[in-house]
Amino acid sequence: MLKKIWPIFLLIPFLSLAIVTVASAQQPTPSDDEVNAIARQLYCPVCENIPLDVCPTQACAQWRELIRQKLADGWSEAQIKQYFVQQYGDRVLATPPARGLNWLVYIIPPIAIILGAYILFSAIRTWKRPLPQPTPQEPASELTDEYIRRLEEEVHKQ
Amino acid sequence: MIANFGYGSLIVTFLVSLYGIGAAIFGARRDAASWVNSARNAMLLTFPLVTLSAISIVYLLANGHYEVEYVAQVTSNSMPLYLKVTALWGGQAGSLVFWCWLMSAFSSAVSLRRWDRDREFLPWVIVVCLITLAFFLGMVIFIENPFVRLWQSFSGEPIARMFQPAGTLPYIPSDGNGLNPLLRHPGMVLHPPMLYLGFVSFVIPYAFAIAALITGRTDDRWIRITRRWTLVAWLFLSMGLVLGMRWAYDVLGWGGYWAWDPVEIAALMPWLAGTAFLHSVMIQEKRGLLKQWNLVLIIFTYDLVIFGTFLTRSGVLSSVHAFAQSAIGPVFFAFIGLTLITSLAFLMRRWNELAGEGQMTSLLSREALFLDNNLLFMGILVVCFWGVIFPLISELVTGQKVTVGPPFYKRATGPLFAGLLFLMAISPLSAWRHSNIKTIRRVIWKPFIISLVAVVVLLVAGVTQPFSLLGFWLVALVILVTLYEFWRGALARHRAQGEILPVALWRLASRNRRRYGGYIVHLGMVIMAVGIIGIEVFQTQTQATLQQGESLSLGAYDMRYDSLAIFDTPDGRNVARAIVTLSKNGKIIGDLHPRRDYYYESQQPMTIPGVRSTWEDDFYVVLVDWQPVTSQSATFKVYHNPLVNWLWMGSLIFILGTLVAAWPEQESELTTENVKSATYIPARI
Repeated sequence: MLKKIWPIFLLIPFLSLAIVTVASAQQPTPSDDEVNAIARQLYCPVCENIPLDVCPTQACAQWRELIRQKLADGWSEAQIKQYFVQQYGDRVLATPPARGLNWLVYIIPPIAIILGAYILFSAIRTWKRPLPQPTPQEPASELTDEYIRRLEEEVHKQ
Repeated sequence: MIANFGYGSLIVTFLVSLYGIGAAIFGARRDAASWVNSARNAMLLTFPLVTLSAISIVYLLANGHYEVEYVAQVTSNSMPLYLKVTALWGGQAGSLVFWCWLMSAFSSAVSLRRWDRDREFLPWVIVVCLITLAFFLGMVIFIENPFVRLWQSFSGEPIARMFQPAGTLPYIPSDGNGLNPLLRHPGMVLHPPMLYLGFVSFVIPYAFAIAALITGRTDDRWIRITRRWTLVAWLFLSMGLVLGMRWAYDVLGWGGYWAWDPVEIAALMPWLAGTAFLHSVMIQEKRGLLKQWNLVLIIFTYDLVIFGTFLTRSGVLSSVHAFAQSAIGPVFFAFIGLTLITSLAFLMRRWNELAGEGQMTSLLSREALFLDNNLLFMGILVVCFWGVIFPLISELVTGQKVTVGPPFYKRATGPLFAGLLFLMAISPLSAWRHSNIKTIRRVIWKPFIISLVAVVVLLVAGVTQPFSLLGFWLVALVILVTLYEFWRGALARHRAQGEILPVALWRLASRNRRRYGGYIVHLGMVIMAVGIIGIEVFQTQTQATLQQGESLSLGAYDMRYDSLAIFDTPDGRNVARAIVTLSKNGKIIGDLHPRRDYYYESQQPMTIPGVRSTWEDDFYVVLVDWQPVTSQSATFKVYHNPLVNWLWMGSLIFILGTLVAAWPEQESELTTENVKSATYIPARI
């Protein structure tokens, strides 16, 4: 009997070596906070405008587990974000990546504000010029008389 | 029967509105007072008619008439009566009727004012109010009808139609789907009416503005008439926004109050334009400048109100394709385009008549600082508008949606909000026309030095984050300058009139309600800013899975997981409720009960956080997950939100300030200034 199983004993040192190697390659399980630190920067690919760290759906819980798994596998934050972008498109990022048409999202507001400031200051410059001298008073028109009459009426009413 | 009555009432209102529009235009063109009066009566009639329709829906909702599709969608047997009644605005069709009801109420109220001096405005105000009302009524009657009933074909297929199609039988479900659980919160019960009240009341100043443009009465009369309407609109809109924030904080369970979600931004945009308008009208009243700009602002505010409703109601935010398929979206879009183009065309026609009468003398005068304020508000508006619109453009052009989320808005609007705080600090010290750097320096140095002391105190207390220091310094400066203004005014009265200081302060504020009410609003805003800086800059969070008896720590707090109970409630919920014990610096301070409610009817979960709230901070616990059956372990997400209570406190102060500013004053509206600038043709009607 012992003769039959002795080759197994020979394997024991190799097996233990293999177990130790695997154990040392595995990272400690990433904490919820480490997972959420990345999930917070990603948007749920299904629910609109909800960051992945707070989305209560089952799908999002699975995606958070996926982040945990990737972290455990030694992936960096940038790699994980890139992975989600490849899988689900740019919409998973909190802000559009600055390329192509997306540049517009970043440049239009400052351009509009600078333009607004320019218009404002040129308007103020115009208003700072002295007003033209008033022309000599024309005789009161019938309309003005009518207006004053009504005004007086109003004042007397009160 | 009741459904038919409600629907019929809506149709009659629609026809009455169309008649009113026609009669008012005819009366104005022909100078026929009888036609204008008839149009006014038509406008007055819309209110009782829409009320009948709204009462019909409420009756159907309260009595569980599930044969009506809308009732089946938004109520259920287990809902309490108050939620059944408020479900009037819980769904799209009902909320549009509610919009119409408020619009008719405000139109009627405005038509009851004394028109003696402004009769030429009357027909055009009626036209604008009734066109807006008729648009929404048309939407309800033809597209989103809340009275549509359920029928069943002989093959068992359910059909929703207003009137019974051939070959069908009435279908009466035994229970409804129930209101979305997220909406079953006092904040959400009050939030839509407040927003709608704000939206609807902004229609009134717009109506007067258009009336002024059409009649050519381009003085500031329209602004003076609508000043109080604008303030009331602004107050309701602000309260709606704050209630929405509170609801998000209490119900959504993500530890915050504002997520820069497009739906939130849709309500913020009219507020931004409206706030700019509230400030800039003062320049026209005091200095005769900016007539054109004020009209642009009120036109924008009106169209942003409609745009906000469009964004939230058309499905355009989910996808441009959903928008194209929805019946309501394109109609809204066309209405916005039409009103914007028409209004701007009226403005262009009068552009030269609206040239400024005054002169700008200094870049630091109050009017110039108000202009800077307008620039900043418009800047924030552009950021918001572009952030909401860009994902739609991207989807149209590239076919790919993108997210424009909080980091974009925070980076882009942060400096602009800081600029607004700075303006709030120096504007009260500047005078109309003549302020310059010297005059401002002379009065600002005392508050400025004390505000620096506040910064030093913060540094000593360990606050080193530069943005928060800048923010707190600005807040301190605004508070000190504003209080200094109250003090200077009261002291001047005390010296001149010999009044004791509290009496002097009271009389000062009550004689200049608009000015000092405005200052109180500023105080409220900066106190809100304290809460915003607290939560935005200093919020910390952690998440952990705890065994019963285990604790987690966050800052000075320790939280121990004690137990978790899972039970059903009579109103159709399955509740998982945890009990945790909270300690601060090792001392037990109480229990919190975060819970997760699962609504069987709608199959939706709802997260209710456990919150311990003080002036210093909030400890906010969310139950994320738990071990089924034994509940031996549970996962909690915990937030520490410093100073957030100041946000809610500040909102109460600004409500008070707005009420002070809007309170009627006993003064003649025909001031000398008014007389000087009034050049209109007297009414002949």
